[in-house]
Amino acid sequence: MSTLPVLSISDLIVEFPTRRGVLRPVDRVGFDIARGEILGVVGESGAGKSMCGSAIVGLIDRPGRITGGEIRLSGERIDTLSQEKMRRIRGKRIGMVFQDPLTSLNPLMRVGDQIVETIRTHLPVSEHEARRRAVAALEEVGIPAASTRIDSYPHQFSGGMRQRVVIALALAAEPELIIADEPTTALDVSVQAQIMALLKRLCRDRGTAVMLITHDMGVIAESTDRVAVLYAGRLAEIGPTRDVLSSPRHPYTIGLMASTPSPTGGADRLSQIPGAMPNLRAIPPGCAFNPRCTKAFGPCTSELPVLKPVGRNEVACWLFDDALTGNPNKAEENA
Amino acid sequence: MADTQPKGAAPRPVFSGAVSPKSRLQRWADSDIWYSFKRSPVTIVATTVFFMLIAGALLAPLLSPYTPFDPGSLNLMNGFTEPMAANAFTGDYFLLGTDDQGRDVLSTILFGLRISLFVGITAVLFAMTLGITLGLIAGYIGGWLDGLIMRIADIQLTFPSIMVAMLLYGIGKGLIPPALRDEMAIWVLIVSIGLSEWVQFARTVRGATLVEREKEYVQAAHLIGLSKWSIMLRHILPNVAGPILVIATISLALAIIAEATLSFLGVGAPKTQPSLGTLINVGRQFILSGEWWILLFPSLTLLALALSVNLLGDWLRDVLNPKLR
Amino acid sequence: MLAFIIRRIGQALLVLLAVGFVSFAMFKFMGDPLENLLGQEATLADRAELEERLGLNDPIPVQYMQYLARAMDGNFGVSYRVGLPVGEVILSRLPATLELAALSGFLAIFFGIIFGIYTAIRRDGFIAQTIMTTSLIGVSLPTFLIGVFLIWAFAVNLGWLPSFGRGQTASVFGVELAILTWSGFKSMILPAVTLGLYQMTLIMRLVRSEMLEVLRSDYIRFARARGLGDRAIHFGHALKNTLVPVITITGLQLGSIIAFAIITETVFQWPGVGLLFINAVNFVDIPVMSAYLLLVGAIFVTINLIVDLLYFVIDPRLQADRAGGGGH
Repeated sequence: MSTLPVLSISDLIVEFPTRRGVLRPVDRVGFDIARGEILGVVGESGAGKSMCGSAIVGLIDRPGRITGGEIRLSGERIDTLSQEKMRRIRGKRIGMVFQDPLTSLNPLMRVGDQIVETIRTHLPVSEHEARRRAVAALEEVGIPAASTRIDSYPHQFSGGMRQRVVIALALAAEPELIIADEPTTALDVSVQAQIMALLKRLCRDRGTAVMLITHDMGVIAESTDRVAVLYAGRLAEIGPTRDVLSSPRHPYTIGLMASTPSPTGGADRLSQIPGAMPNLRAIPPGCAFNPRCTKAFGPCTSELPVLKPVGRNEVACWLFDDALTGNPNKAEENA
Repeated sequence: MADTQPKGAAPRPVFSGAVSPKSRLQRWADSDIWYSFKRSPVTIVATTVFFMLIAGALLAPLLSPYTPFDPGSLNLMNGFTEPMAANAFTGDYFLLGTDDQGRDVLSTILFGLRISLFVGITAVLFAMTLGITLGLIAGYIGGWLDGLIMRIADIQLTFPSIMVAMLLYGIGKGLIPPALRDEMAIWVLIVSIGLSEWVQFARTVRGATLVEREKEYVQAAHLIGLSKWSIMLRHILPNVAGPILVIATISLALAIIAEATLSFLGVGAPKTQPSLGTLINVGRQFILSGEWWILLFPSLTLLALALSVNLLGDWLRDVLNPKLR
Repeated sequence: MLAFIIRRIGQALLVLLAVGFVSFAMFKFMGDPLENLLGQEATLADRAELEERLGLNDPIPVQYMQYLARAMDGNFGVSYRVGLPVGEVILSRLPATLELAALSGFLAIFFGIIFGIYTAIRRDGFIAQTIMTTSLIGVSLPTFLIGVFLIWAFAVNLGWLPSFGRGQTASVFGVELAILTWSGFKSMILPAVTLGLYQMTLIMRLVRSEMLEVLRSDYIRFARARGLGDRAIHFGHALKNTLVPVITITGLQLGSIIAFAIITETVFQWPGVGLLFINAVNFVDIPVMSAYLLLVGAIFVTINLIVDLLYFVIDPRLQADRAGGGGH
């Protein structure tokens, strides 16, 4: 087995030409996901999380397109593949789970037919065999009486059950990578944990890598191995989940943690980051966070920071540039 | 757009007075409507054509080279003169030729356009007034009146408006003494088409009223003692001006086509006051004998009119109210 | 489910009663009801006898019921214009209109759906753009102009097809149909195209916009994410979901074919009920007008009812909702 990461993206740029100029919802983002690893991707809505996921599977809505960087799946470059080759990868080698199970399934088609169709698109098996596998897949995601429920329509399942069906569909062809875009956001709180546990268990069992897009820090804390923080289409910080949560470095990540209630943290009052994430049309020069950052100084408003290792994390912030800053931040970090 | 809403615009001098004319012009130039207009060559052409046709209709008595409906000025010798050629007997010249009676086709088109536009616009104004009134009543007063109005609207919507118009025309004709039928024909036409188009206005206004009625400013207006009618006219109506304008434009296209169709079928404008539809009906009789111009030019005019209004309506709908389909 | 069907039929009957009342009111209050029933050549004795028998002094609701009862029997009075019983006249004209409407409805649905799907899938293609632009002209074109143009092109200039009339007819179970003979079929082509063209453009634009809407939906995104091919997505998933809303509106469009047949029949002198109606309007032939209204009302209400029930059969969600809770 190779030691290559399942997914490796570097300097990925996605652009949308609009009538008021070119927008960049994803700007020079790069990260790896190893076999069996779960990478959390967090950020506010509009930070480019979902766009990143769409870019990986080659499903960016027109007129957007990838204009820079590369995406590799187990070492093979996939961002330059033809439509048809990319289609064969989707569902087969990369599975996806979307946010809303109510709308992810075709309402007029039995769930079994949707699974059978997916299996037969990717694997050379008979209708009968595909159906047998579909039943097995439904059983595996914990749908009771799978052999009869297979002929039900989506509306006959509850939200949680439907998301289980969606997961069964995503895993039907045994992909190497699952991209789960807010898989629990639309569900009842009571069901969220079950679905996350299910997703985690299935992926651990198969060694499937997972890119988990979410804005829920609780989900990040419980389920992910590493976490990437996106802000205005750029990677602000990335590192092992424990380190990012316990000692965030980027002022934005710090603000994000402070604004999230923590199950272990004390009763400190939640703080809020002043201001709002800039519109994609009006990203300030330099670091995109600088107008809201309390520690902004000289280069922040003019030059773009690049990712630098700080402890076990990597951070894109001028505060951690030795040449520019004095000791206070260093000292803080060493403490 | 202001001229369709004279009542809505008048009672707001307090607010608009503070804005100087220059900045209002500036705001208009910056607006999305103007931007979208500049970016859409089709809309620019459609608007130009529409206003040229309006101008042609308004100035028909001045623009027409001949007086087609003055029997004294007609010369039967001029009958069937080809376009852009002098008549073989009289030497008279007609840009678009003449019909069997020797009437100048260009002049009949200009006067026909006048009738078509008059009927179309008046019918839409009538439908609009009726629809807005009934919509406001249904939405604001509600109760059994609402139920009754909307039930009638539902039943009427079951039938295509052109059929409703024909039926109403037939009823109207039946109610009028035979001696007055020709004289009243235009008005019967206007009322029938108007009555066949009110439903869309009423539904939109009712829907918007139901939403607006619950808003705080309407509650506040109610509390300071404004009457129901004044609340509806001054406060609710301006909020639905956009959708109403869109529906009015689309209805105008429908009304023009309905008028032309009825007149073409011989149940609309009388022969003494021919509209474009009547002219096309006349022209059709010469389709086999080769006098194509009598049919072609009125048809093209009608097509230009209907198409330009439709294009304008489509554009307005996209700009003002993308959700309305 | 049963409750839904019963309620729907109830609504249909209510609409029909309302339309019937308008029809009755025309018959009763416009012109002379006795003349309406007997025709203009009736003698005074006939009139007196009928006035007695009909109970014209009964309360209005009673008279309305009697009118409906007579209508059920097909007795709509006597046409002023042709002096024959209206029921008979309409019945003899009906097959012509129905076969014309059926052919043009078929053309409209068939080509409307095909073009609609094509223009949705190849949204930015040159051909699709051309079709869309042309269709806007088609929507703006009054039906009668299309008819006149087709006559000019195919009958006058090319001489391929007849410009008016119905050609020969053949009798099937006592019903005279033109479509069964060669000359009849040829006569039918131009009117059917004229009548269908407008409906086709509407259906096409509707299918296109619904399909684009569906193609933007989450489950289509998810289907793409599952690696399904374009074919499976367009025809396996999108098409059925597109057709659900399309059926409703298309059904209503079919009703309006009957109404627009008035225009087409006049242009082509096609001897159907539409031509009968327009002549009735011209001559203020009240009995024919009121009978026609009732007939068209019945056809429309039936179509609406069928469409609603069909909608219900196609969408599995509705069945569950109705079975579960009743209303929506």
